[in-house]
Amino acid sequence: MAYSDKVLDHFKNPKNVGTLDKSKNTVGTGLVGAPECGDVMRLQIEVDPSSNTIVDAKFKTFGCGSAIASSSLATEWLKGKSINEALTIDNMDIVEELALPPVKIHCSVLAEDAIKAAIRDYQVKNGIEVTAEASSH
Amino acid sequence: MNKRLIYLDNNATTPTDPRAVEAMLPFFYENPGNAASRNHPFGWVAEEAVDYAREQIASLLEVDSKEIIFTSGATESDNLALKGVFDMYRRKGNHIITAKTEHKAVLDTCHKLETMGAEVTYLDVSREGLVDLAELEAAIKPNTIMVSLMWANNETGVIQDMKAIGQICEKHGVLFMSDATQAVGKIPVHPREVGVHIMAFTAHKMYGPKGVGALYVSRKQPRVKLTAQMDGGGHERGMRSGTLNVPGIVGFGKAAEIAKKEMQQDAERLSRLRDKLELALMASLEEVYLNGTRDSRMPHVTNLSFKHVEGEGLMMTFNQNIAVSSGSACTSASLEPSYVLVALGLGDDLAHSSIRFSLGRFTTEDDVDYAIQALTQGVNHMRDLSPIWEMYKDGIDLSTVTWSEH
Repeated sequence: MAYSDKVLDHFKNPKNVGTLDKSKNTVGTGLVGAPECGDVMRLQIEVDPSSNTIVDAKFKTFGCGSAIASSSLATEWLKGKSINEALTIDNMDIVEELALPPVKIHCSVLAEDAIKAAIRDYQVKNGIEVTAEASSH
Repeated sequence: MNKRLIYLDNNATTPTDPRAVEAMLPFFYENPGNAASRNHPFGWVAEEAVDYAREQIASLLEVDSKEIIFTSGATESDNLALKGVFDMYRRKGNHIITAKTEHKAVLDTCHKLETMGAEVTYLDVSREGLVDLAELEAAIKPNTIMVSLMWANNETGVIQDMKAIGQICEKHGVLFMSDATQAVGKIPVHPREVGVHIMAFTAHKMYGPKGVGALYVSRKQPRVKLTAQMDGGGHERGMRSGTLNVPGIVGFGKAAEIAKKEMQQDAERLSRLRDKLELALMASLEEVYLNGTRDSRMPHVTNLSFKHVEGEGLMMTFNQNIAVSSGSACTSASLEPSYVLVALGLGDDLAHSSIRFSLGRFTTEDDVDYAIQALTQGVNHMRDLSPIWEMYKDGIDLSTVTWSEH
């Protein structure tokens, strides 16, 4: 299967690979997927509580090219966004941006789930009302 | 980045040997005849060429040339063998025994036969990829007409104990059919010697052209009869109608002749290169697992799982240069990992992490050295990206993690 140039670029030069200190209260971690399914994404955000803005985002992904590209793109989009803005990221935005073929749409779903899981973790940790809905997929 | 292309996917298809191509060329324009045209020189030349190729193939297999039926490829041969035997022998019995690691051309044909009244037993295999002989024998019933087990597996290269299986079939008086697509031309394959009665194989896995295959059908002890699945002009002793692919058959014959002469030296050279590849990757990387037995396998194949690295992603790190294949779900439309590796009891996670390397006659030592380097870099890169590798390195037992299946 031929991937789009954008997928290839994210795959070859993934943005924001790494690990944030998950013990910090300002960090939210989302771990979604399962090794048996062939993809696991861990997406982390660091939030500035005073402005409720995501100041840093990191990921690590076990998966195919589109899974890696989807999570790399998600971290790029998250940086600088408020929590509320981040919650509006839809998996179809990722599909469109990366021109993912239908068989790879689940990779974008996983990325959206990872964003929501990370925000939820941050909110639960800080006793904030949870606005990140549990995965609807 | 070095832009040369390295082909380590010879189990998918082999390049056509230039000597086979050369043999084929006169049969496109200079000698255009139909081998079934009995009344003019064009037909005679074509028929003679086909007969010669049949001899070359029969000689490789040590069988009678009349026992070779030409088809369009191994899938058609598998279909003809299974459906043809079932149609012919169904009054005697309707039970067929096969294994879970067979090629889809056999498994899907068996599924079709089930809808037509066949009863099929799909045997499990061991962790090594081998059929349990006691289990096979126990599965044979009074209504069993045929056992269909492949000679060598396409994904793992594992070679079944053909002689022992042949003896069991002989003892119980059932037909033994084998899909020998991956074995013919690469290791000695002599169906009569091991008691195989019907055998499917194809040219393009043994350095011949695509679009031509064959079915060996024993003519004596026992004389196997098949119901034709393609009706028409009654070619190939009535078993397979359709104008013969004369250039393809000529190339197939030449490929068989070359294989007979060069098989042993190819096998020795390739097993040395394969072992080098395998040992180097296992030495330079942690958590690399061999899939299938080391003791009974094709000389040019290795199937390795690189733990906590997803196969398709790994291939993307080098697939501009190196062609291999993976049992990862992401390489298939179904999103299921390789059923062959799952049947070996691998666990879906290791099946997703598998890469099959299949070397061939035109693989060089430089190719293998390059692949070792590219694979090592690729696996390290993917592990740097892998959250489960990080967890594994932190000493977390992944089986205790609650995963969100999706």
